[in-house]
Amino acid sequence: MDYTFHWRPVFRALPDLLDAGLLTMEVAILSMVIGIVTGLLLALARLTGAAPLRWFATTWIEVARNTPALFQLFFFGFGLGAFGIHLSPYFIVLVGLSFNNAGYLAENFRGGFQAVPPTQLRAARSLGMTATQAYVRIIIPQVLRIVYHPMTNHMVWAVLMSSLGMLVGFRELSGETQFFASKTFRIFEYFAVTAVIYYVIVKVILALSRLIGWRLFRY
Amino acid sequence: MIEVKDLHKYFGALHVLKGIDLTVQKGEVLSVIGASGSGKSTLLYCINALETIEQGEVIVDGVSVHAKSTDINKLRQNLGMVFQQWNSFPHLTATENVALAPKIVSGKSRQEAREIAVKQLEHVGLGDKLDVYPSALSGGQQQRLAIARALAMEPDYMLFDEATSALDPELVGEVLDTMRLLAEEGMTMICVTHEMGFARDVSDRVAYFHQGMMEEIGPPAQIFGEAQSEQTRKFLANVR
Repeated sequence: MDYTFHWRPVFRALPDLLDAGLLTMEVAILSMVIGIVTGLLLALARLTGAAPLRWFATTWIEVARNTPALFQLFFFGFGLGAFGIHLSPYFIVLVGLSFNNAGYLAENFRGGFQAVPPTQLRAARSLGMTATQAYVRIIIPQVLRIVYHPMTNHMVWAVLMSSLGMLVGFRELSGETQFFASKTFRIFEYFAVTAVIYYVIVKVILALSRLIGWRLFRY
Repeated sequence: MIEVKDLHKYFGALHVLKGIDLTVQKGEVLSVIGASGSGKSTLLYCINALETIEQGEVIVDGVSVHAKSTDINKLRQNLGMVFQQWNSFPHLTATENVALAPKIVSGKSRQEAREIAVKQLEHVGLGDKLDVYPSALSGGQQQRLAIARALAMEPDYMLFDEATSALDPELVGEVLDTMRLLAEEGMTMICVTHEMGFARDVSDRVAYFHQGMMEEIGPPAQIFGEAQSEQTRKFLANVR
């Protein structure tokens, strides 16, 4: 083996890579927040909505879970582009990931809703709460606790999935790495360092979510 | 006053309530007894509209419960309910469990709601459990928490749906004592129960339900002493 490692260009690009890492975190966390809210609505639509709403939610969930995430990004990028709707690479990734997260999380949430005893809703309603109050104050907090750990896993998945962004021209961590690697041909070095950065990002997010979970769920 | 007039309820093809007529006066304690599936719990759910009805009418203080124009959330505040599965809200402390509805339903301030909660928790003997989560409470304590939670809305009526049926035998007493206390304070109560002792000692009247119909209603002395219906006598002979 006569490959000589050259780490210097990687270290020179490190500030840029770290910036891109922050962008990765930003888009992953944002897509997760949007995904949680949308996923909750999809799960509720599927469980309690009228027929058209239920079909809409089911279709969304089926597509998000059963087609490659990459195709979903391509749809929001090149697919919509064909109809003259042009999103910036940032929004392609944000919308694509949010769409995917919402679909996956909706199924988790649906399981969570079914795990909360239906009598909780009756008890809340019997006190005079409206259906919305009962869901917001009584049901959803319990659902969030039930799905919290699976949700944490999905958060990790969202971080890693954001690397697909480089294929729609988004300069997040992978895109940025690809850009530098192809400029210098130090492909192994760049991707090795980036892998470490991904690892650290995931660990930081896991530690944060453990902290948040510990703070939120005292019971 | 709660008036039930010719009430019919179906679950699909199943005819669970077959024309119930019943009036409960202010201050009265009515116990409803009968075999499982006789429709007695369903009656309670129809009174506070947790179930819809197919025919007839339920009127609480002159307001028709199932009428479209009725603000059911407002009405329910006046009809406290305690369930067989005590349904404490597991993510809230005892005080938060009780204070939540006064705060978000009645619009009381945080401080007022907390004072109400503390008062009601002391009322049911949980004054030392204010900041405890339900998971740290026994079944009997959770059921008393549920009673406090219903009382916090200051209802004129309390509906008890087999409030002691899911409890370990040694915990039944404390809940019955709390219910007895409410009865002594003059609360209007409808208690669906399997506790014949409670029905006999505490109620003003006892109703016996059989296969979706009210077979007999009368003072405890009549029901437990000289029941007029053969069916009532048979049921009581079996449970004792």
